[in-house]
Amino acid sequence: MSKPIIATTSLAGCFGCHMSILDIDERILQLIELVEFNKSPVDDIKTFTKPVDIGIIEGGCCNSENVEVLKSFRKNCKILISLGECAIMGGLPALRNGIPIEECLHEAYINGPTVQLNKTGIMPNDDELPMLLDRVYPCHEIVKIDYFLPGCPPRADLIWDALVALITGDPMKLPYEVIKFD
Amino acid sequence: MKNTVKQIVEKYGNDKTRLMDILIDTQETFGFIGQEAVELLAHQLGMSQVDVNQTISFYHFFSTKPRGEYAIYLNDSAVAHMFGRQAVKEAFEKEVGIKFGEVTADGKIGLFNTACIGMNDQEPAAIINNKVFTRLTPYRVREIIKHIREGRKVEGLINESFGDGKNQLPSLRAMVSSNIRRKGMILSDDYVYGSVTRDILPKMSPEAVIAEIKHSHIRGRGGAGFPTGLKWEFCRRAKGEKHFVLCNADEGEPGTFKDRVILTEKPELVFEGMTIAGYAIGSDEGVLYLRYEYRYMKEYLEQVLAKMRAENQLGKNIGGIEGFDFDIRIQFGAGAYVCGEESALIESLEGKRGEPRDKPPFPVEKGYLNQPTIINNVETFATAVRIVQNGGEWFTQFGTEDSTGTKILSISGDCMFPGVYEVNWGFNVADMLNMVGAYDVQGVQVGGPSGTLIGPDEFHRTLGYSDLSTGGSMIIFGRQRNLLKDVVLNFMEFFIEESCGSCSTCRNMTQVMTNKLKKILNGKGVAKDLDDLKQWGKVLQASRCGLGQTAGNPIISSLKNFAPLYDALIQKDKDFDEGFDLVASVQNSCKYVGRVPNFNHH
Repeated sequence: MSKPIIATTSLAGCFGCHMSILDIDERILQLIELVEFNKSPVDDIKTFTKPVDIGIIEGGCCNSENVEVLKSFRKNCKILISLGECAIMGGLPALRNGIPIEECLHEAYINGPTVQLNKTGIMPNDDELPMLLDRVYPCHEIVKIDYFLPGCPPRADLIWDALVALITGDPMKLPYEVIKFD
Repeated sequence: MKNTVKQIVEKYGNDKTRLMDILIDTQETFGFIGQEAVELLAHQLGMSQVDVNQTISFYHFFSTKPRGEYAIYLNDSAVAHMFGRQAVKEAFEKEVGIKFGEVTADGKIGLFNTACIGMNDQEPAAIINNKVFTRLTPYRVREIIKHIREGRKVEGLINESFGDGKNQLPSLRAMVSSNIRRKGMILSDDYVYGSVTRDILPKMSPEAVIAEIKHSHIRGRGGAGFPTGLKWEFCRRAKGEKHFVLCNADEGEPGTFKDRVILTEKPELVFEGMTIAGYAIGSDEGVLYLRYEYRYMKEYLEQVLAKMRAENQLGKNIGGIEGFDFDIRIQFGAGAYVCGEESALIESLEGKRGEPRDKPPFPVEKGYLNQPTIINNVETFATAVRIVQNGGEWFTQFGTEDSTGTKILSISGDCMFPGVYEVNWGFNVADMLNMVGAYDVQGVQVGGPSGTLIGPDEFHRTLGYSDLSTGGSMIIFGRQRNLLKDVVLNFMEFFIEESCGSCSTCRNMTQVMTNKLKKILNGKGVAKDLDDLKQWGKVLQASRCGLGQTAGNPIISSLKNFAPLYDALIQKDKDFDEGFDLVASVQNSCKYVGRVPNFNHH
């Protein structure tokens, strides 16, 4: 069997989950033996070049580009994993969800205490920019997600164990500490 | 303002546990409780402003902003919608020129939604400055608003005849109807109030009273069904500086209005029942916790209490029993369904947010002011009088083995004779529907939104604690109703609104399940959504109180008993549908920044 192929992306996240992937330390060499990376910040491949087995998503969706990327992952990957709090629940970015988008934009670009140079009160409205969604969505509210790995970020060992379990087909150890909240 | 606030606080003896009364008076005096009032109250009571504010923010009828000289609260219950609420709402908005949730610029009129106000048999109904207006129509709305603009006082807005029975008394003068359609031991007129405390109690020991109550096997009429005799016995045995008798008249379960009728027609019976309970558990103080929606009964009930005091039915050495003192005061709530939960009610009575307490300890050990307390429903106290009068044995001949006595039902919805019916337990649903003139019935909501929605297959079931338990609310839905959209969704939104927010299960899961229901109603549902709802509903069991534990019931019971309604809405050709609409979700942000949504370059 050829090596399973993995793709990763960070949507409305902080790249902390990717940092946690790198935290598997020297096991990354072992991982390279086991799998091949396709579209991912890890190897800087920007677009899918072939069908992928496992897609790992960090972050939820806050704009139209996030939605687009997430949908392309669903299309190109057999299995999708929501990695970390933001992908699973929206996380910190979702703190804006109780506030109307107009108010958020006003606070960010017009009224915020750190806004000093925007004298004309211009809003970012270039056609090239992604369009903001009315709220931040967890990934499973946009596409079907197969697995969820909780944590902020999920521990490196958890990511490692999950990938190994997926690739080998062995059951995964999920001790209480990794699924408890609060 | 300073002096007024000071007077209000002093009226209640500078007692912070009376914060509810203090806030109600403040709200009624100024029309709202603004920052200035909060500062004065906090200072006067020696509390932090945050403590004052957290109580204010909990209750629907308290407001930190003016609610208008005429604050109009239009009932938002499912039955109100069934009987034309939408047209009435639109008429209000059109005539007043504002939306619900707003106050006119001149501060004259405010329009607000409110949860069931206990008038389900005479909807659509509204409360205007504590007066209840029933059976509203767009025509009446236009008239009312015209009269308000002409400067009439709220009493002058009523041009209907007053309701039946005691609603016509000068101290009530309410257009509310009691609609008593069937009488039993409680609603019958053959009991002369006061005879138990005068003639029977002096010959009985408190233990003997409890023994009769226990022997009767009466269980709590509020819905939870705890054996009343046991409760009284536990409380009597519990040690404390003082014991309390609380009567739960919060009656917030949508579709329930029988406590309103009992308190209107038989208030003496309820107060006498509380007095008997006071004798039984060794208490000299009772409190009737009455929902704010029934504020119109204040003067009337206080007159009844005054009369009972004058006749030595309350006060000192009642019934000539040396040392038996007992008196009752009325405590109003301020609009919070969860305060019908006994420990939340106690918290509210102590002037705090109505959040349920952790149990144990139970109120019989540590209740109001941490003292042994019994809390019973209005109907339970009223029934207790008849039990002590005639003996526990006599009582067991009514009803069934596990559900003795009678039950007063509040019946509303699609039937010819909505109103209050006192029946023996063990009555079955089909007989009930015949009795009230309900034909072509699609479903019956038994026990209010927290209860069960049943369909014709189950109309043979009987009312009782072992089968269909109910606090008395029965709402009938005819064939023409859209059960999921008009009923289940309304009930879920009610729970979202009324959750106290303490447990994450109830605070979040009601919202999550409702979103799922909306998705299904929008035709985006898939089979897995139904499984999710069934699974997630169980999570609510982890909530602290009965409200949280039952808050998923509208969906859970309709999924069980009306599965075909859901199946018909589910997409058969898909096993996943996110229900996400990209075009709609970027609409607002693009509009605000001034750009045209463009999906081409993605």
